[in-house]
Amino acid sequence: MSATIVSLPDQSTARIPKVNYLTKENGILSWLLTGDHKRIAILYLISLSFFFFIGGALAGLIRLELLTPQTDLMATDTYNKVFTMHGVIMIFFFLVPSVPATLGNFLIPLMIGAKDLALPKINLLSWYLYIAGGILAIYTMAAGGVDTGWTFTTPLSTHYVNTNVLTTGLAVFIAGFSSIFTGLNFIVTIHKMRCPGMTWFRLPLFVWAHYAASILMVLATPVVAIAIVLVALERTIGIGVFDPAKGGDPILFQHLFWFYSHPAVYIMILPGMGVISETISTFSRKRVFGYTAVAFSSVAIAVFGFFVWAHHMFIMGISNYAVLVFSLLTMLVAVPSAIKIFNWTFTLYKGSITFETPMLYTFGFMGLFTIGGLTGVFLGTSGTDIHLTETYFIVAHFHFVMVGGMLMAFLAGIHFWWPKMTGRMYPEKISQLAAVVTFIGFNFTFFPQFILGTLGMPRRYASYPPEFQVLNVFSTAGATILGVGYLLPVLYLTWSLKYGAIAGNNPWQATGLEWQVQSPPLTENFTRTPIMDHEAYDYEWLERQKEKEVTTSAG
Amino acid sequence: MNHISPVLWEFLVKWLTNFALIPPEASKIAPQMDALLFFMVLVSLIGLTIVTLLVTSFCILYSKGRHPVAVQVEGSTLLEATWTIIPLGLFLVMFVWGALIYFRVYTPPANAMNIYVVGKQWMWKAEHPGGQHEINSLHIPTGKPIQLTLISQDVFHSFSIPAFRVKREAIPGRYTTVWFEATTPGTYHLFCTQYCGTNHSQMVGDIVVLTPEGYRKWLDESTSGMSLAQNGERLFASLSCAACHNARPDARGPSLANVYGAKLALSSGGTVTADDAYLRESILNPSQHVTQGYAPIMPTYQGQISEEGVIALVEFIKNLNSDYRIQQTLNTTDLLPESEGSPRRPGPAAGGPAAKAPAKQGSAAQGMVKQ
Repeated sequence: MSATIVSLPDQSTARIPKVNYLTKENGILSWLLTGDHKRIAILYLISLSFFFFIGGALAGLIRLELLTPQTDLMATDTYNKVFTMHGVIMIFFFLVPSVPATLGNFLIPLMIGAKDLALPKINLLSWYLYIAGGILAIYTMAAGGVDTGWTFTTPLSTHYVNTNVLTTGLAVFIAGFSSIFTGLNFIVTIHKMRCPGMTWFRLPLFVWAHYAASILMVLATPVVAIAIVLVALERTIGIGVFDPAKGGDPILFQHLFWFYSHPAVYIMILPGMGVISETISTFSRKRVFGYTAVAFSSVAIAVFGFFVWAHHMFIMGISNYAVLVFSLLTMLVAVPSAIKIFNWTFTLYKGSITFETPMLYTFGFMGLFTIGGLTGVFLGTSGTDIHLTETYFIVAHFHFVMVGGMLMAFLAGIHFWWPKMTGRMYPEKISQLAAVVTFIGFNFTFFPQFILGTLGMPRRYASYPPEFQVLNVFSTAGATILGVGYLLPVLYLTWSLKYGAIAGNNPWQATGLEWQVQSPPLTENFTRTPIMDHEAYDYEWLERQKEKEVTTSAG
Repeated sequence: MNHISPVLWEFLVKWLTNFALIPPEASKIAPQMDALLFFMVLVSLIGLTIVTLLVTSFCILYSKGRHPVAVQVEGSTLLEATWTIIPLGLFLVMFVWGALIYFRVYTPPANAMNIYVVGKQWMWKAEHPGGQHEINSLHIPTGKPIQLTLISQDVFHSFSIPAFRVKREAIPGRYTTVWFEATTPGTYHLFCTQYCGTNHSQMVGDIVVLTPEGYRKWLDESTSGMSLAQNGERLFASLSCAACHNARPDARGPSLANVYGAKLALSSGGTVTADDAYLRESILNPSQHVTQGYAPIMPTYQGQISEEGVIALVEFIKNLNSDYRIQQTLNTTDLLPESEGSPRRPGPAAGGPAAKAPAKQGSAAQGMVKQ
């Protein structure tokens, strides 16, 4: 490992700026009624982590049950509830809001040179909606849970289960509005609040990725809200939209559900890709290779993402020709992801690379996302989908993309911007260790599941034929390592709040506007409106700035 | 190892004995599917290796220690075009190859033997044409294309046979089909792969592939004495279907002889081919599917017949190539002594108009008796 690029202020004299967004006001109310995007981001970070650990604990229970072929830890009903809640919490209360609501909220105004998001009160409202939905989800769990699977498939969810479908549906419905408001806020902010000189092609790629994800949030989320309302109406008063006995169509629900839930995976992954663009540029000291290609590939993913939903339904008896079209479109959506991977790789070319924790997570992301993306092609290909769908291959595929990709990106981002958010550094060595442990644990957990799926082990099974045990034992063992990998950051990041080294404005020598202000920033972000007079990722500009500072202080 | 840790030893042995990356290939389509899978794995491995090699070598060559000052490179249209076009080309090859397999799996050949499968929470019921029923198992011969017609009585289920590389959703209220030709005798897993509620993971069974001789033996041993069509005939009688569908000149319902596969004109306009799905719909939801020239008077049988019952009726109608059988059911419903004038079995081949004529005479005679 080569020398670090961290440039910390002189530690004997260093101080955290007395006035910043954290110290401006005190008391719990100043947080709960805040309109400051940075404080709302912190609120999100705390609540998201809470839900992540609930979802993670449920995942632990799933893996424990699958340690043996029989159902010995819990009854099948309980198992069904556990994996349903794992899915609901992880998707709607962690992955969808994870990067946008924390990092996006914190950074977008800073990156584009704005004081706040365009609609600060709506921003706070969306946190409250998120919390309301989250509390309802937790209440559902306490009140006996729900066992429909996170996909709420009809007619199982409308006519056959007698668990808390309505309250869970309501929780998701409310959380959906939180997501719509966040997306709306980002779109308006990015359009209207860019500082002078901040043209579209000077925006950091992080902002581009969030812009693409926001379009998906605003356009796709209402559809799942409608689908959930229809499920509720069908369940309560039997309107018969999905009931074949009343002339309804049970497959219609899946169309509606996947019309949201497929774009939703891009809502989850695009902001993560934005993080990767920032970290990889900073730690290789280079402008992202092919900036425009990366920016437009985000938009391409968002656009194509709307037209591939039926690839979740290849074996459901939709027309063979529809399958042909959706399979082809799925192949097209895979291309922009491939472009991104190669562009990031070539960003390293002729760079000057260092290996801090965010960079290690970034490498983890690139490897795991490549595997996740390529296995997605196995599933988008109609023929092989027949064999692989509804098995552990699917489970492994989306965990590679969502956990291997998104969560790695989230952790990369949290470590990268931690100094900006808190004004203090995280401890480098132990966090590098955590990144490596996470990577190893992740592969141990999820790689065997590809083989299990190819062998035919169906997903959502509480018991399984004994010949699948060995691979399941591997997977459970890996999950234990992964658990340690996730627990470590919680511990040392909390520790660093008090004992971490003072970070200074720009410890990574990064070029973004957010790094040119104090850490933690002022409530109003900038003392005067910044003027963007250079391209994004312009490291030469940064060098010139530093020279200027030196001459000024010397003179 | 054994004296170090018996548990670990057992674990290792179990792993090695069961170590496999793919399930057995027991159908004609399996090797074709696997060929594509191998191709994709190969492409993925190459792709992953390229990315890993590039990242690793760049990390070594351009680490800060070796390369203290970065050289700014804007991008390269040529390179970017390369890594857009090559993956796109490879993905398109997979798309075409996959689509060929997909169409093969879901387009049954005309000579396939049809077996009905009903999924319900939480079991699979198979109905063989010879009247054999099975629960959570399916016996089939090698070397003969088998078509499954699937339906669910409640929620979505999915009929998955990993060893055959086929899978098809069983949907409430709709028939779906899949076919395969087994190649290797043996017992293979049958899974329900669509989450269907509490005992989803217990909705499993065995696919028993037998040699043609073994299959014949099994058929003989498990026959209930009645074929599926005969079961349907019995149901046809007990539901008094023949009260209207009796082919008499004044019949209130259309004749059902030879209706399967025919193009029918509907009173709502338009034509429809009478396939399994149409027959099922006409029984359960008749007012939506009235044949031209008839009044919409047929009551719905929704909720009165199980999916198995509907299947038996459909199978009966499918095999009905003269009205003679219907006259017979009239007899059974009316419990009248058979008229001497009734012709005996016209034989399955005699489905043409010539065979129908005497049947109609018979019906007239019986009609009189009934009055």
